[in-house]
Amino acid sequence: MNKLILGRYFPGDSCLHRLDPRSKLLAGISFIFILFLGNNWMTYALLWIFTFFVIYISQVKLRVYVRGVRPLIWLILFTVFLQILFTAGGTIYFEWGLITISQFGLVNGGYIFCRFVMIIFISTVITLTTKPIDLTDGLNSLMRPLRFFKIPVDEISLMLSISLRFIPNLLDETQKVMDAQRARGTEFGKGSLFQQMKTLVPIFLPLFVSSLNRAEEMADVMEVRGYDSRAARSSFRKLKWQLSDTMAIIVMILLTIGLYLLRSNS
Amino acid sequence: MDITLREVEYRYQVNTPFEHLALENVNLSIPKGIYMALIGHTGSGKSTILQHLNALLQPTKGQVIIGDRVIDAEKREKNLRSIRQKVGIVFQFPEHQLFEETVEKDICFGPMNFGVSEEEAKQRAKILITEVGLSEDILQKSPFDLSGGQMRRVAIAGVLAMEPEILVLDEPTAGLDPRGRTEIMEMFYRLHKEKDLSTILVTHSMEDASKYADEIAIMHSGQVKKIADPRTTFSNPEELLELGLDVPEVVKFQYLFEKKLGRKLDKTCLTITELSQTLKELQDRGDYS
Repeated sequence: MNKLILGRYFPGDSCLHRLDPRSKLLAGISFIFILFLGNNWMTYALLWIFTFFVIYISQVKLRVYVRGVRPLIWLILFTVFLQILFTAGGTIYFEWGLITISQFGLVNGGYIFCRFVMIIFISTVITLTTKPIDLTDGLNSLMRPLRFFKIPVDEISLMLSISLRFIPNLLDETQKVMDAQRARGTEFGKGSLFQQMKTLVPIFLPLFVSSLNRAEEMADVMEVRGYDSRAARSSFRKLKWQLSDTMAIIVMILLTIGLYLLRSNS
Repeated sequence: MDITLREVEYRYQVNTPFEHLALENVNLSIPKGIYMALIGHTGSGKSTILQHLNALLQPTKGQVIIGDRVIDAEKREKNLRSIRQKVGIVFQFPEHQLFEETVEKDICFGPMNFGVSEEEAKQRAKILITEVGLSEDILQKSPFDLSGGQMRRVAIAGVLAMEPEILVLDEPTAGLDPRGRTEIMEMFYRLHKEKDLSTILVTHSMEDASKYADEIAIMHSGQVKKIADPRTTFSNPEELLELGLDVPEVVKFQYLFEKKLGRKLDKTCLTITELSQTLKELQDRGDYS
C-alpha cells in the first residue's frame, strides 16, 4: 500500500522545493511535449543529461526515482517489446512471420523506453518536491484563463485539493479494513479469479460507506463554516513568482532550442 | 495458548525514504489466561504490537511465538489462518468493518471463513447477540441501520463468533457513552473469566487498566518500559506522568493528598472504597498532623 512513490511529497529544501508550483508544472508539461522532439542519439543524450541534472539538484536519491518506475516496468517493457517485434525497416536481423527484429525496431524500442522512464522521472521530481496543496494551487492558477469558457475552475480545484487531502486517509483506512477482515479469516490473492473478486466485497463496501459518511460530514462542516460556492473567495496562500522561476522557464526554452538544433532533419 | 515476543523489532516501509522504526527490542510474554493491559502514548507502538499477535505483521527482527507456531523474521510464513482463528482482534472502531446485508450474516462471516457450518455459525450468532447486549430481532436488520453503539456491539460479536482463545482489544470503548463503556468492559471481563481467555487490552483509560488487568505493560517510543501489576505500576505516579501518561483519578487524589500531607499512606489504593478505608483508618488512629 505504501510502496507507491509516484505522487508523494518528500520534504526537503532544495532549490526545486522552493520553486513556484506554476513554473514547475509548466516546465514539467513542456518537458513531456519536447520529449517527442528527440529523434537521434544526441537529442536523447541531451534529454538524459537534463533529467539527471534535475534529479541531482532535487537532493533526493536516485534509487527513490528508480523505485517509482518499478510498478510500471512491465507496462513499459510490454510496449517496448511490441515496438521491437513489429517494426520493420533498416537492417533486418531476424524474421519469422509477422515478427521481425530490425534495426528500426530496436532503435524505436530504445527511444520509447527512454521516453517512458524520463516522463516518470520528471513527474516524480515534481510530486516529490511540491506539496500537494501547492500543486493544486498551481493548477488552479494555471487554469484560471479557462473561466472565460464558463469552466468552474474554483470548484474543480476545490475537488482536487479535497481528493488529494484524503488519499492518505483512504489508503490508511483500506489498510485497516483489510487487516480487520484478514483477522476474520479472509485471505487475499488466493483461489480462482471469482473467489478473489469476492474477497474484495468486504473491503469495498465498508470503504464506500465510510466515504459517503465522510462526504456528508464534510459538507456539513463546510456549510457551518460559511462556505458558499458562488461567493467570491480570497486565498490564504499566495503564490509568488520569483527570479528562479523565470530562470527555470528560460532553461526549458534553451533546452527546446538545443533539441531543435540537434534534431536530424530526416 | 501462550504468546511470546522475543527481541521483536518492526520497521515500516523498509528501504524507502519513509522508513520508520515502530518497535525496538520488545520482549513480552503473555501466558494463558492473563489479562494484560498495554498503555502508552499515541504512537508508542501499541497497535503495531497487536498486529504481531496474530501475524498480520511479521517482525523485521526477532521472533513471535504463538502457541506452537514460531514466526521468525527471516522466513515468510504460510498458512497463518489457524493462528488468526485462535487470536481474535477487535480493532479500533470495529464498526467500520461491517459489510453484509444482515447482522446475522456479518457475525457468521468470520466463523464460516474458518470452516464452521452455516447452522453452527447461526447458532453462535444467536447466542452472541444477546451476550453483547442486543435483542435477537436485530439479527435480520441491516448493520447500516443501527446506531453507532449497536454497530460496535455487532462487530465485537463478529470477532467473538470465531471463538478465539486469545482476545485482543484495541480501545474497544473509544467513542462510546459512559454506560456503554462499562457494559462492554464488564462483558469482556466476564468472558475472560468464564471462557478462560487470555485478554490483551490496549487502552488510554487508566481506570480500566487498573480495574481489570493482572499486568500492565507500559510502552514508550517503540519499547516496553515496564511490566508490572497495577498496584506496583501506579505506586509511582511521577514516573508515569513523566512518560506523558495519566494515572487513575483515585491514585492522583492520593498522590496530591500525600504531597500536601508530606507523608506516604500505607499502600497505593486503586479504588475509591480502598482509599476511603485507608483514610478512615488514618483518621481513627489520629496520627495525622
